[in-house]
Amino acid sequence: MSSVNTTTVKTATAVLEEAPLVQGGLTFNGITEKVSGIVEKPTPPLWWLLFGVALSGTLVLGGAIGWLFYEGTGIWGLNNPVGWGWAIVNFVFWVGIGHAGTLISAILFLLRQKWRTAINRFAEAMTIVAVICAGIFPAIHVGRIWIVYYMFPLPNQMSMWPNFRSPLLWDVFAVGTYFTVSFLFWYVGLVPDLATFRDRATSKIKKVVFGALALGWRWGNRQWKNYELAYLMLAGLATPLVLSVHSVVSTDFATSLVPGWHTTIFPPYFVAGAIFSGFGMVLTLAIIARRVFHLENLITLDHFEKMNKIILVTGSMVGYSYIMEFFMAWYSGNIYEVFAFINRGFGNYAWAYWIMFTCNVITPQLFWFRKIRRSIPIMFMLSIFVNIGMWFERFVITVTSLSRDFLPSSWDYYSPTIWDIMTFVGSFGLFFTLFLLFLRFLPLIAMSEIKGAMPEADPHHYGHAHDEVHQGGAA
Amino acid sequence: MKTHALIAAFEHPGALLDAAVRVREAGYTHYDCHSPFPIHGMDDAMGLKRSPVGFIAGGMAALGATIGFSLQTWVTTSAYPLVISGKPMFSWQAYIIITFALFVLFGAFGAVFGMFGLNRLPRLHHPIFHSELLAKASDDGFLISIEASDARFNEEETRAFLASIGGTHIELVRGE
Repeated sequence: MSSVNTTTVKTATAVLEEAPLVQGGLTFNGITEKVSGIVEKPTPPLWWLLFGVALSGTLVLGGAIGWLFYEGTGIWGLNNPVGWGWAIVNFVFWVGIGHAGTLISAILFLLRQKWRTAINRFAEAMTIVAVICAGIFPAIHVGRIWIVYYMFPLPNQMSMWPNFRSPLLWDVFAVGTYFTVSFLFWYVGLVPDLATFRDRATSKIKKVVFGALALGWRWGNRQWKNYELAYLMLAGLATPLVLSVHSVVSTDFATSLVPGWHTTIFPPYFVAGAIFSGFGMVLTLAIIARRVFHLENLITLDHFEKMNKIILVTGSMVGYSYIMEFFMAWYSGNIYEVFAFINRGFGNYAWAYWIMFTCNVITPQLFWFRKIRRSIPIMFMLSIFVNIGMWFERFVITVTSLSRDFLPSSWDYYSPTIWDIMTFVGSFGLFFTLFLLFLRFLPLIAMSEIKGAMPEADPHHYGHAHDEVHQGGAA
Repeated sequence: MKTHALIAAFEHPGALLDAAVRVREAGYTHYDCHSPFPIHGMDDAMGLKRSPVGFIAGGMAALGATIGFSLQTWVTTSAYPLVISGKPMFSWQAYIIITFALFVLFGAFGAVFGMFGLNRLPRLHHPIFHSELLAKASDDGFLISIEASDARFNEEETRAFLASIGGTHIELVRGE
């Protein structure tokens, strides 16, 4: 009897033991070679092709914005009552995308999820690029671009100050802080890897550029000591920040009285949606990068499975919010609120609502199946669906509520113009331009962090008992 | 050229940790352990105190929050008092978000610039960069450098000592 028990226990342990994060027997040196090799090899033709396409997109964005500055916001499809159109939709969409990067770099760091090390660097880069894309939209939406600095509390000759009670101003601070902190976090993480590039540099230019960017990093533990604590502090600061940013974005809507916007569920619902959409984008990019750069040993199926579980969880939270909004509308007994939601599901924008619902609530549920969580073609498709669904979520929220507000006499249907479309498509161009530059010139995997997460990095691996390490060795 | 330090390589993080303890016990103070990533337990092994960067970040965060809250209070009650949606002039609830944003922003500045300041970075040149061996730390090298400025430093003895605790590839670093 006892022998049977022992066997059961042993099997159970075997099942719970996780596969190593880094596979294929890569050593520390193997990781350096792999990641640095991507940048040191001559530029692949595929990169030039993609970069050309992306750069054309950026030019489209530049053209659309140039015409907007010349002509004014009248070139967009905005009307009365729909004063917020694609620009706001795109703003919320891009800010949301960014959230996955911060979740991976900060929250998973605090939770000691070592698997984050394979994906955190390019997820953080994605965050920064996405927030740049996001920041463009509210800035160009102001109409009179030449006085855009009114958004900032700058002393001026008119003694005018911004309205600190407005959520739109909160957004300026929240998104500005978010960008700055994300950038610092990313850069601090990059410093040791830049120093690796500096030490490997073969040409004078590379030596100078990477040398300057690495700030003279010397790998000493007297430096690591401060570095580790600073990194922890940044993670601790970025965690509440990332939860607050999309909450603040949601107050742009929630503090107004428009039916369908004026609800207290918005902040958590927006945050869950942001993380959901961000993971969709991280997954899309990670699958492509893994394939193109042959990173199968560093970004494994286990990494993808974990991300898919997060997509499943946050997707279900988003689905719960959609349904709860309907319930609350009915339960409130407010006729405008009830109408707003019936209109969302069955009115003139029902097509958008059901695209959103299918992509965000129904298809991610397929991730309950382990086979699907580990199937790259299926997860790739589902991640694209998440991106589409989450864009439509912001469209549905913004446009359905505005186009059918309190007075039927002011109702109108909103459709985008070619300029709206060009600006949106162009923002993808900018996103991929900057992201491709990152992939080409910087280490897309955090070498020092992934090495530090390997079992070989831990002194315990070499037979040190735990308290021995902490009492300063076998004294 | 002035002698700057002796630097030696060790096999793996565990060996480096043991060696760090031996160096400390031998009475050296001007030494450092170079590794491609921070090693668990190394601060204790080297007898280093906890980094003060947390206090810098905390102080800066408090400063940011104070600036944020006072700026908003001053603007809305004194510099530019406007009644907006019938709210009181001093509507502190509305100030919380910007106060929080500046708390995080300044805290992050404190953490990052405090860390670089404590590490005396940016400092693009340092005599240790004359070492051939140091670049190994950016890949898979686990190194200890003992600087010539240390009171106990003696080229012969320190070299023998580093060899005795398992150091290999021992290199004399000259330069300034």
